[in-house]
Amino acid sequence: MADCLVVLVPGAEQPSRSELAAVGFGRQVAEQLGGHCDVLLLGPQASACGQAVAAYGIGKALVADHPDLAQPTGEALAAAIAHVASAADYRLIAASATTIARDCFPRAAARLKAPMASDVVEIGQCSADVLRFTKPCFSGNLLEELELHGSTALATCRASAFEPPAASDASADVQTIQLPEKLAHPRKRFVEAKRTPLERPELTEADVVVSGGRGTKGDFTPLEELADVLGAAIGASRAVVDAGWLPNDFQVGQTGKVVAPKLYIACGISGAIQHLAGMRNSKVIVAINKDPNAPIFEVADYGLVADLFDAVPKLTAAFRAARQEQGAAS
Amino acid sequence: MKILATIKRTPQRDTRMKLTADGELITDQVQYEVNPFDELAVEEALRIRDKVGGEVVALSVGSAAASEQLQTALAMGADRALRVEFENGLDPLQIATALADAIRRESPDLVLCGKLAIDDENGQVPLMVAELLDWPHASFASKVELDADAKKAQVTCEVDGGLEVVEIELPGVITTDLRLNEPRYASLPGILRAKKKPSDVIAGSEIADMPEPALRVTGYRQLPPREQGEIVESAEELAEKLIAKNLV
Ligand SMILES: Cc1cc2nc3c(=O)[nH]c(=O)nc-3n(C[C@H](O)[C@H](O)[C@H](O)COP(=O)(O)OP(=O)(O)OC[C@H]3O[C@@H](n4cnc5c(N)ncnc54)[C@H](O)[C@@H]3O)c2cc1C
Ligand SMILES: Nc1ncnc2c1ncn2[C@@H]1O[C@H](COP(=O)(O)O)[C@@H](O)[C@H]1O
Repeated sequence: MADCLVVLVPGAEQPSRSELAAVGFGRQVAEQLGGHCDVLLLGPQASACGQAVAAYGIGKALVADHPDLAQPTGEALAAAIAHVASAADYRLIAASATTIARDCFPRAAARLKAPMASDVVEIGQCSADVLRFTKPCFSGNLLEELELHGSTALATCRASAFEPPAASDASADVQTIQLPEKLAHPRKRFVEAKRTPLERPELTEADVVVSGGRGTKGDFTPLEELADVLGAAIGASRAVVDAGWLPNDFQVGQTGKVVAPKLYIACGISGAIQHLAGMRNSKVIVAINKDPNAPIFEVADYGLVADLFDAVPKLTAAFRAARQEQGAAS
Repeated sequence: MKILATIKRTPQRDTRMKLTADGELITDQVQYEVNPFDELAVEEALRIRDKVGGEVVALSVGSAAASEQLQTALAMGADRALRVEFENGLDPLQIATALADAIRRESPDLVLCGKLAIDDENGQVPLMVAELLDWPHASFASKVELDADAKKAQVTCEVDGGLEVVEIELPGVITTDLRLNEPRYASLPGILRAKKKPSDVIAGSEIADMPEPALRVTGYRQLPPREQGEIVESAEELAEKLIAKNLV
């Protein structure tokens, strides 16, 4: 009743930062409850990733693969999670708020008749009777405090709000578990995945994000050059994705990805609340916009009122020169 | 084809909600509208109906105030409205239970929902409905290709790494993402016609198996404020400051 279970559907042998952040979240809650944090890993990479995750101070790693998890649907994942949860007494079942989790956790919650918190950013006082979490609401404009009652609850956490735990030499047990013979829904079929090829760091994992809005008019060349000097990821506003200038998974905001890099450089983005919802927790925000009244300046640590086609190449040149100087000095 | 679109009444999309000194939500100046993602659901339902024929029913769980948003759906072109009468403040599993009950009574071929209500931002209700009905679902749809004869829908879903295509056999639940379509505005004749369309109410007490509330909102807080920033004069000055702070 005091243990937590963090669910991962790993895409690689090594856990990503966002997966480890979920482990960090689960461990914090388990610590308050005086219990362990186990990790359930599902799918073809479960076993390998389970070995890696075992070093992060967890109770045990439960790993399971299954034909229905090769290209998992939300239905199959929900069935697997509910199966494991009903065989044990976990107080909390948690995951990072990826689209995978958002596509299966509510189903698992309904199956378990358990409450769920979405996109948790803070942990409050938790006990066996009640879990307390804080999450954003109203387009990220306010925070909402929640209580989850009952014997089991589910939660997705915002990865950028939690720290991955430190790895140790001690390694937890890795146990292979059996899942029911049928997980998939008989009337749902995975057809195909169209993955966006990654040319730069992943948006949610990058230390620096260079983001463009409608002000780019679809020409991302100056932003890409800046990103390459900084080793940064490229992000975008909804306007950019709607116009078809970049694929959907570049979108930052309420409906896109939530990022909190060390540095976020917004170019030609007005700063609508739905965009701010996805980046306002960045450590340092830089805004470059022609319009001195653009709301993005309200959250910017450094604002530059300028044409991005003039300012961004100058920034790139200045950083490039600084890099060369550093290189010469060392 | 009978299509049901679920609708929540939410504050107008660009509202910056505020709190009193005691942390109470200030709602008296707030304008409400159909949750933006539900508007996309209504639009998609109308487009499918206009192509393959059938009926579009707009469904909401809420107090009488939600009738205003159901009227908007009717004005956009929905054929009927249905409201399950409850005071606001149900938790997602309770809302899903009420919706699932109403859906069982209607037995539509397809239920279209928003992927997120922009007030509580839970993103839970539609999948809970699908689970309670044991129907398949497709989340974050940016394209729905419906085969009415085969009773199938092929759905393109916007996911973290790009796009994913899934197929569901109907009946099923689909949640909408922003790029699915561009919702139409209600026309004046549409608004006039809406007043004559059937609107029914199901009493909350008629809903079977309503669970106890288990997720409670206990309060609101402001976001932690950001420090006041500065305006720099040139790209060069900006570069210097970022380099001096070891940010690049
Ligand atoms: C339900 C809902 C969800 C949403 N979710 C998201 C989301 O997740 N992410 C998101 O981003 N938006 C989202 N939006 C949309 C959001 O409301 C805004 O419409 C969008 O963010 C605007 O994008 P933009 O800033 O690029 O464009 P605009 O608002 O058009 O701003 C363009 C800016 O560029 C500046 N500019 C123009 N030319 C130049 C130049 N040469 N140099 C410098 N500056 C220039 C202009 O001054 C202006 O400020 C959502 C909206 C809704 C209703
Ligand atoms: N009270 C309600 N009445 C009708 N539909 C709702 C209600 N609450 C949520 N929904 C539907 O579920 C979607 C997601 O809502 P939520 O899970 O609250 O974020 C919304 O976009 C609606 O389509």
